[in-house]
Amino acid sequence: MRQAAAVAKEVRFGETARRDAWWASPLAVFLGLCAFVVYTTWAALQGDHYRFGPYVSPFYSPELWGSSGAWFGPGRPAWYPRWLFFSPALLVLWVPAGFRLTCYYLRGAYYKAFWADPPACAVGEPRKHYWGENFLPLLIQNIHRYFMYLAVVLVLILAKDVWDGLWFTSPSGAVRFGVGVGTLMLATDVSLLVGYTFGCHSLRHLCGGRVDRISECPLRGGLYRCSSALNGRHNAWFWASLTWVGFTDLYIRLCAMGVISDWRILF
Amino acid sequence: MNSSATFRIWRGDAQAGEFRDYQAEISEGMVVLDAVHQIQARQANDLAVRWNCKAGKCGSCSAEINGYPRLMCMTRLNDLPLDRPVMIQPLHTFAVLKDLVTDVSWNFRVKKTVKRFAPRPADAPDGTWRMAQADVERIQEFRKCIECFLCQDVCHVLRNHQLMDQFAGPRNYVYAASLEMHPLDTQNRLADLKDRHGIGYCNITKCCTKVCPEEIHITDNAIIPLKERVVDEHYDPLAMLLGRLFSGSRNKANTRA
Repeated sequence: MRQAAAVAKEVRFGETARRDAWWASPLAVFLGLCAFVVYTTWAALQGDHYRFGPYVSPFYSPELWGSSGAWFGPGRPAWYPRWLFFSPALLVLWVPAGFRLTCYYLRGAYYKAFWADPPACAVGEPRKHYWGENFLPLLIQNIHRYFMYLAVVLVLILAKDVWDGLWFTSPSGAVRFGVGVGTLMLATDVSLLVGYTFGCHSLRHLCGGRVDRISECPLRGGLYRCSSALNGRHNAWFWASLTWVGFTDLYIRLCAMGVISDWRILF
Repeated sequence: MNSSATFRIWRGDAQAGEFRDYQAEISEGMVVLDAVHQIQARQANDLAVRWNCKAGKCGSCSAEINGYPRLMCMTRLNDLPLDRPVMIQPLHTFAVLKDLVTDVSWNFRVKKTVKRFAPRPADAPDGTWRMAQADVERIQEFRKCIECFLCQDVCHVLRNHQLMDQFAGPRNYVYAASLEMHPLDTQNRLADLKDRHGIGYCNITKCCTKVCPEEIHITDNAIIPLKERVVDEHYDPLAMLLGRLFSGSRNKANTRA
């Protein structure tokens, strides 16, 4: 397939004839992801202030081991290495982290923002060699669908957290239905995560993308159309859900630290 | 709008060339191709430019305008900053023949290496087939392609790394997708897409989608679905196992005929 008379044009890193602010989008992605990673790492390593009333931070849910309310009891699991720092978030965060890192949208975005491969469309690159996702290590990106399976389970668990966030315990010990700002934040968080997760390219493929004659299975056709509708704004769902999950953790953390109070709308 | 503007046009061939400035009178509603035609008629009769329909449907007048791949006939002058010269150059990825004309024949040669459409046996005695609209809707988008090759030009795998011998490029993936997803087709192109056509080299930067004048969702609707199908058959052990247990799970046409 070699082109017989191709003119090899050397283009230096960043060289382009484009006159628009081509650097703005990759810079925004770089700063946005850096800010999120720094905050998430800090929050995950705190190991405290992640529960307030009926709320649990999405960074720490499901809490498998940790506090007295954890699924498998307090403390760290027996198999967890003694020398390794423990936080309940570390047992969970690898799922959304893996899901997002292998996300088709984010791959394209961080290849540009962090690896300049390319820095932007029609802009020169810093390296001459290129392997793409054809070889290791980036061949591993094909694991995305397995992270998607786990992410769907995680979204269901977070939806259960919203339900739990509707039941407040009064000082007398009575449990009553109520709605707080935290409840709404958790509900918004799950809604955005549903929009992001269920519009995933791999899920869309699983729903019906892999089928050539989808008309023969109306259920798959319906699921495929729903997933495709969400997929059309996958990047917007990505950023909205990423931002909101950080704000939700921050809100619950500040409530738990006593910096702010949770305002009750009902109850 | 200004009454005149400067156009900095690349002049030359595969061996050498330079940018030359031309002044052109401009008026309301003009596109870049109008200005190039005016320059060709009044100042540079030997200026080579490929064009045909002037309506964004033939895909002939592809060029790079201010560094961005566009159709000259669909780029309005009032969308460009005219306080500086408008830079017009040939497609970066392909060999220049003369001035703004490039040799895009490589794209057609690669297209021929994609397995042909092979329909299942006819559904009716008169030799015709029956298809549901829902099944062909997805591939109808791909039929809008006008083969302007702006996507091939902007793709960094071809543009910056010149991997023409290993990578077929977005246009040819759209073509392969239109056949692979066809409800009547019986061929399997996934092994070719993985090995011969190097779909794994695509790192999903979506530049092809951004420059497509037909607004085909090349990355989301053609390349990624093909990548997922390649994963099904070559990388995902669970899908490979299920594929063997349920050979008709892809619902390919040959399972029905």
